[in-house]
Amino acid sequence: MDDKELIARRVALELTAGTLVNLGIGLPTTVARYLKSGMDVLFQAENGLIGMDPVPEPGMVDENLADAGGSFIGAVPGACAFDSCVSFGLIRGGHLDVTVLGGLQVDEEGHLANWTIPGKMVPGMGGAMDLVTGSKRVIVAMTHTAKGAPKILKRCTLPLTSIRRIDLIVTDMAVIEATEEGLVLRELAPGVTKEQVIAATEATLIAAHVVPEMVISA
Amino acid sequence: MFHKVISLTRAVEKIPDGASVMIGGFMGVGSPHRLIGELVRQNRRHLIIIANDTARPGFGIGQLIDAKAVSRLVVTHIGTNPETQRQMIAGEIEVELTPQGTLAERIRAAGFGLGGILTPTGVGTTVADGKQVIVVGGKSFLLELPLKADFALLAAHRADYRGNLDYALTARNFNPIMAFAGGTVIAEAVEIVPIGVIPPDDVVTPAVLIDYLVERERINGR
Repeated sequence: MDDKELIARRVALELTAGTLVNLGIGLPTTVARYLKSGMDVLFQAENGLIGMDPVPEPGMVDENLADAGGSFIGAVPGACAFDSCVSFGLIRGGHLDVTVLGGLQVDEEGHLANWTIPGKMVPGMGGAMDLVTGSKRVIVAMTHTAKGAPKILKRCTLPLTSIRRIDLIVTDMAVIEATEEGLVLRELAPGVTKEQVIAATEATLIAAHVVPEMVISA
Repeated sequence: MFHKVISLTRAVEKIPDGASVMIGGFMGVGSPHRLIGELVRQNRRHLIIIANDTARPGFGIGQLIDAKAVSRLVVTHIGTNPETQRQMIAGEIEVELTPQGTLAERIRAAGFGLGGILTPTGVGTTVADGKQVIVVGGKSFLLELPLKADFALLAAHRADYRGNLDYALTARNFNPIMAFAGGTVIAEAVEIVPIGVIPPDDVVTPAVLIDYLVERERINGR
């Protein structure tokens, strides 16, 4: 299992039946593969659909049915389509239970930066700022470091996505909860020690004497 | 009977160089591809484009970027189009990046006669630069101003001859909102049906908002 699969499998355990969930493009999208089979989670595509099936049935591709990345998707029975104001009313208005997004940096206050590296990468924020601001729960799924450099910092150096505190960070090394008191180290990835996580993290981590091993979905 | 159908050529001839143009669609899904193609064919220049994104090179609004028809963009995302990024870095195109929910609500505000909207999105970020922060009930919001355009170009699934529109699945996106915010609104549809075929409950965009409907595509010259 590679790092990204480990992260996606761990995030999948955070999703519960009967909730509305928005998965970001890239790694977060793969989380849907690892849900317990038959679990009734509704996925939102921010471009205007509740009830996204990430992979269309063979032969059922419809040019009018795509996700926010433009990839063709399916729609489950009971799905509904709507315009962009409704879609972001759901997101901003507190009707979205969980959003899972990628991250470039997260800081001690739980602030996320994930939309630009000025001068290098300027893709635009798309729906990310609304998602982080409005979702009931925000989960950041990302690698713990980038080319060996920590991504969980005392203070983000990149432009923030929102000043709202995110809820949970799931990386290839650890599960970290963002709380009012600071970042709490909740779980360690298999084979990773507490000391290794602390060394790979610039932000101060609050950690119990013994931190349990990460549970991942089968 | 009174109807709004005109040829593709005549529809696009109404749009001058330098016009501000809202274009529906999301990564090209639900974009008015025939109108976009005709803007390129008629060699339109210096357009101000308001849209969710610029799709990809060779597709959707990406075709306008390829043709260097755009001088300014108001969009939420250009990450999927390296040519847009190249032109932005080269200073050939000015890009205003806007959070997606904010873009949708700014357009709606313009079309719905509102003086602006208050959103929590962007507070405390670079998006707030130069904008007024208004505190309501102890919570901070950005005042985001209405966004209108000279033209709105829409893609619908069905239109009737009066101009009532419906949409298909995720091809709806920004189209019904932009229908309110363009000075002149031009729609293309997959099919144009007799008045009455689209039941009143299924009409998403009321015909009164539509100025012109592009005649259907000729198939084998017919």
